[in-house]
Amino acid sequence: MSNILECKALVKRYGSKEALGGIDLALEPGRIVGLLGPNGSGKTTLIKLACGLLTPTGGEILIGGEKPSKQTNAIVSYLPERIALPLWMTTRQAMDFYGDFYADFRRDAAEEMAANLHLERDQSIKTMSKGTREKLQLILTMSRAAQLYLLDEPIGGVDPATRDYILKTILTNYSENSTVLISTHLISDVEHVLDEAVFLREGSVMLHETVDTIREEKGKSVDELFREVFAC
Amino acid sequence: MDWTFRDDAPIYTQLCEHLTLAIVSGAFAPGERLPAVRELAVDAGVNPNTVQRALSELERDGLVFSQRTAGRFVTEDAERIEQERQRLAEERAKSFLDAMEKLGYNRIQTVMLLEKMRGEEK
Repeated sequence: MSNILECKALVKRYGSKEALGGIDLALEPGRIVGLLGPNGSGKTTLIKLACGLLTPTGGEILIGGEKPSKQTNAIVSYLPERIALPLWMTTRQAMDFYGDFYADFRRDAAEEMAANLHLERDQSIKTMSKGTREKLQLILTMSRAAQLYLLDEPIGGVDPATRDYILKTILTNYSENSTVLISTHLISDVEHVLDEAVFLREGSVMLHETVDTIREEKGKSVDELFREVFAC
Repeated sequence: MDWTFRDDAPIYTQLCEHLTLAIVSGAFAPGERLPAVRELAVDAGVNPNTVQRALSELERDGLVFSQRTAGRFVTEDAERIEQERQRLAEERAKSFLDAMEKLGYNRIQTVMLLEKMRGEEK
């Protein structure tokens, strides 16, 4: 099967600071992948390159075989680190907005999730708490029938009960042929839903393996392995 | 169902254990249709591919079978289920005996303790 995301000798520098130092990485369709690494390891940079918000300094990144563009963005659903909607918008208006922009937006799925997470339809983003904003952004992101979901820290700011709901939402809403890339450092929370884990360290991929292989070979969870590898 | 997972073993093998236990204990009856992969995945909070792998494993073991369009079912072979039940019972008895050994109880002392407990229960 052809890769939905592929990086070849991908380099990104910010001035003299190297964020990604020549990454090779290939992700297949139908996988849930954890992008794991300490702060500043290049997780967000990689995700921003994948959705064309940044351009590579060297090498290339391909989405379904193409360089990031308007065309590839039509099959990529991106959850930014911080909410990227105008603050005056209400839940309802944000859904209208997504419906206008993305042909694959499933309004009914969004409405259902919003009801389950008790979002008020006429509340403006400005008056929402940090957690509620995250919920809204995640609902919008997962309501698209995309082929690649890029989730940058999707569960950082919400309580454990909502975290469970969000992970179930991801499991319920991704289709069998789409791939979900989740960047996080809350590994123990997401570990059970992952197929594969990618460890990033100082801009390099130091490990890319299935979760069950890691557990089988090392006899420990990905969370434990991470703590060991990145011990300060 | 209780879906807890330990850290020291692959998730799919633990899923197999959970599902096998549900079958031998009758929570899933012989011939009963199993929930869909996605449903089990959401219920257990694990990846659908992992559920798929666990179910294929159980299929290979003859505990479940699939019908092309209708889904997956628990085997109707009562003998096979009973055999699995005994295997699990032996496995647990063995790990119990190992744990007792670590406490300094040899087999005979352990059996005597069990006898004594049974006498008290009567």
